[in-house]
Amino acid sequence: MSTRALLSATDLGMIRGERILFRNVSLAAHAGEAIVLRGANGAGKTTLLRILAGLTRPETGNVNRAASHHWIAHREGLKPHETPRTHLGLWARAWGAPTDQIDDVLNKMALIRPSDVSARHLSAGQRRRTALARLLLQERPVWLLDEPLTALDADGRELLLGMIFEHRMQGGTIIAAIHGDAGFDSTCEVTI
Amino acid sequence: MSASPILSAFRQALTEAWAGGAGALMPLGFFAGAAVLVPLGIGTDPDTLRAVGPGILWVALALASLVTLERIFQADVEDGALDLWLQTGAPASMIAAAKAFAHWLTAGLPLAILSPIFALMFQAKADTSLLTHMGLYALGGLAFFFWGGVGAALSATVRRGGLLISLIALPLYVPTAIFGALAMSGGPGSTGAPLFLAASTLFALAVAPFAMGAALRLAAD
Repeated sequence: MSTRALLSATDLGMIRGERILFRNVSLAAHAGEAIVLRGANGAGKTTLLRILAGLTRPETGNVNRAASHHWIAHREGLKPHETPRTHLGLWARAWGAPTDQIDDVLNKMALIRPSDVSARHLSAGQRRRTALARLLLQERPVWLLDEPLTALDADGRELLLGMIFEHRMQGGTIIAAIHGDAGFDSTCEVTI
Repeated sequence: MSASPILSAFRQALTEAWAGGAGALMPLGFFAGAAVLVPLGIGTDPDTLRAVGPGILWVALALASLVTLERIFQADVEDGALDLWLQTGAPASMIAAAKAFAHWLTAGLPLAILSPIFALMFQAKADTSLLTHMGLYALGGLAFFFWGGVGAALSATVRRGGLLISLIALPLYVPTAIFGALAMSGGPGSTGAPLFLAASTLFALAVAPFAMGAALRLAAD
């Protein structure tokens, strides 16, 4: 690949407690690529993603971020009293993204109907869709996704895979921890 | 760096404080409890009540800060919002300061504003000193909420961290409590005490945000 990587990591290593979680993990995500992280439960996929996101400091190695990223974690970041609409409004404002697009985003994520229901009454799938809707608020080249398909129904999976495809077409890249195949079309797999 | 993440954090903390149902009512509940129980405990002699009134209000303010702050950062860790706040590009210290300030506004300031009414319940004389005291409670409360925020941030990943918050924050409350009480005593040294109170609050505002920010980064690590 001739272009510069949007996000790259070299020789990452991590220790948790007394145990080496992983070591010598290197990866580079270029425009249009989809990197899937594989590994058993507890292998350190989430930790690796958190390191790439800059939340956790690695024991060894370093991460080079050439572009901004979105982070979709297992925990959605929704407050119990927030509705999908207020949640997206809050983060659009926090990120300095336009707020007039929120209806479009809610529509695209099929969240119009529960758009004013507070998060404590949303289903797990609706909460996940709300979190994923943040991806559409602001264009950022790198998407870091931790088990993004969890809790989504067939339509939801279809929707997310479509979003990812479009994102890659537009020169974005994703790095995701995914269990099973789930019809996920990756350009590269990293097993840890 | 833009200020919008910090403003959003402030706004979210405000909504959260009110949505939690507590908001301004929590400290009022504390004080109402104290106002009812203290006369039962120490007797109804007006002179005694007048002497302990200001001190009781300082204690209520300190407890209100500890109780409302217990969950602010812990909830962010549990629901994943902390990850998002730490990735806005705004300094973690400023996000934390915005949240602590929002909680002071909803739980600390109302108590200070209503302090003249409470003071009257403790047989204080109705004169302008009540308004001076209102300002002192507002100022000292700000320090309580910022120091309490340090305890809350440090114990964000600890389940039932309430005790830990108290252990961390209470020693930091001491200067504020000393100068606050001294300023209201009218005894020797009380004229300069408001300035010392202001200085200790400024110190809290200057130092506590960085401690909270570092603790939150650690909590996410």
